[in-house]
Amino acid sequence: MTTRTASSLWQFRQPSVIPGFGLALGVTLSWLILIILIPLSGLAWRSSALGWSTFWTLATDQRTINALRISFGTAFLAALINVVFGVILAWVLVRYRFPGKRVIDAMVDLPFALPTAVAGIALTTLYAPNGWIGSLLSPLGIKIAFTPIGIVFALVFVGLPFVVRTVQPIMEEIDKEVEEAAATLGANRFQTISRVLLPGLAPAVLTGFALAFARGVGEYGSVIFIAGNLPYVSEIAPLLIVIRLEEFNYPAATAIAAVMLVISFAMLLIINTIQAWSRRRYGYGA
Amino acid sequence: MEVRVQNIRKEFSRFPALNDVSLDIRSGELIALLGPSGSGKTTLLRLIAGLESPTEGTVYFGNEDASRKTVQQRNIGFVFQHYALFRHMTVLDNVSFGLTIRPAGRRPAKAEIRKRALELLDLVQLSGLEKRYPAQLSGGQRQRVALARAMAVEPNVLLLDEPFGALDAQVRKELRRWLREIHDRTGHTTVFVTHDQDEALELADRVVVMSKGQIEQIGTPDEIYDTPNSPFVFGFIGQSNILPVRVENGQLCIEGRSIGVSALGEADGPAQLYFRPHDIELLDGPGGCIAGLVTVTRRVAGTRHVELAIDAVNSRVEIELPPEKVTSDHSRVAFRPTRWKLFRD
Repeated sequence: MTTRTASSLWQFRQPSVIPGFGLALGVTLSWLILIILIPLSGLAWRSSALGWSTFWTLATDQRTINALRISFGTAFLAALINVVFGVILAWVLVRYRFPGKRVIDAMVDLPFALPTAVAGIALTTLYAPNGWIGSLLSPLGIKIAFTPIGIVFALVFVGLPFVVRTVQPIMEEIDKEVEEAAATLGANRFQTISRVLLPGLAPAVLTGFALAFARGVGEYGSVIFIAGNLPYVSEIAPLLIVIRLEEFNYPAATAIAAVMLVISFAMLLIINTIQAWSRRRYGYGA
Repeated sequence: MEVRVQNIRKEFSRFPALNDVSLDIRSGELIALLGPSGSGKTTLLRLIAGLESPTEGTVYFGNEDASRKTVQQRNIGFVFQHYALFRHMTVLDNVSFGLTIRPAGRRPAKAEIRKRALELLDLVQLSGLEKRYPAQLSGGQRQRVALARAMAVEPNVLLLDEPFGALDAQVRKELRRWLREIHDRTGHTTVFVTHDQDEALELADRVVVMSKGQIEQIGTPDEIYDTPNSPFVFGFIGQSNILPVRVENGQLCIEGRSIGVSALGEADGPAQLYFRPHDIELLDGPGGCIAGLVTVTRRVAGTRHVELAIDAVNSRVEIELPPEKVTSDHSRVAFRPTRWKLFRD
């Protein structure tokens, strides 16, 4: 397979005993182009056709800016909450044995499987001012449904499995000896967890955060039920895109979409870079 | 600090891993726990550390009963076979860890901790690598970091669990010599576990040979090698040959013929003769010797290993000869053990 001419043609290709590099890379690239790059470049093409000034006017429209702020803000907050409770949940599932553990383990995946609209409706019935929990909170002046808080609740729901499922396997790999080493050096339980175990999990936690965050930004189905969708207050960007589309206002829809695309890509790129950096340093998977 | 283990018994779900083990470790001593896997040597080490708690028995640090103390309170240094370094911390942070987590009252100042960690890194010959992460070090370097980390807390006793087990032979040998040097310089009471007898005999002041949850023999490397007190120790340490013999009138006999070795004071009857391949002398005469036919010869470094078939008792022995002594296959070789031991079933 590997000949001199081939290797001079493909300079970036490392000689390897594993065959099929060309084929695998070819398939990967065409698949990525077909599934991700073509649709996204269509979007970029569309928005570039608007011209810079039109694009800028559309993108800086106050309603658009508020929608984007709500989308990214709630997704960020929800991902943070998920990191805290997701890590605790994963810890419990990895570290302890108790009756019903398997059931709980399976339940973690429910938000993956459930149509998000179902989640949205269920959460709305719970947290609406006349719902089970909402009716208890409304006398206290706390409103959850139809506010950005409701959006956070919905996003916490859909994002939870991402954190749990990325952290869990790494947690299972933690060497018991590392904990014992900390103990022999005099570390108490709290110090062992906070200074040894959790920092070691940081890359996995970051991945979970990125996934939950990305999911939260793109989430539509569960949010629109509980958000109330008040323009400027609790209207998320994906919904605004749909609204613009229904108005046949394609330029506005593409403009918002393009802004979302750029911000999401930038954030994921940053998170991935941090991860790659920490992985290189700590040598995970090495 | 001296460490005393008294009548320790440890069961893992009814299975006894240690059975009535007692051991006195003198202050500043370097002791090896040597035994095959499953002999309980690691369990004993972990009991001293406090990583396991005994089913029965007591561990004393000095005059203090340490068995009631937790691992954290015992102030020991433990080095694990697979290093168990904190991989998200730099080498310096790893070494400082034990000091930085101390409660504010007992914690040295930051600059002091740094100074001590750097001194230790110097001691383990890793100066200049303090900013590296464990993943960026070789196995031998990692183990040296682990040792520096364990010594940073000024431990009462330094415990090492197969410290060189995961390293390749060359590094191992080098680290062995180096550990001895460090021990001589710092004088920590040190206990290390190994299944490598060369390591134990070369490194330790005293060797504790263990088997099946019990201590077989405690002694200096010389005592262990030259006067093993049980068939197990004889067979486990070094090379050994076993021949079934009979004691008759204070003479060792094979098939009724004396082999020229007198065992005065031994009762008559069957026994097993143990001797080392190099503790023999070659003979010419037809009588008063053990005779066998050469089956295999191998040249191993400075000696020639010759395998003999002793047809009289249907068994094989290996003897070591000087390399210039060439023996052809199937030739007859007669010898007599110069140093031996008898064990009876």
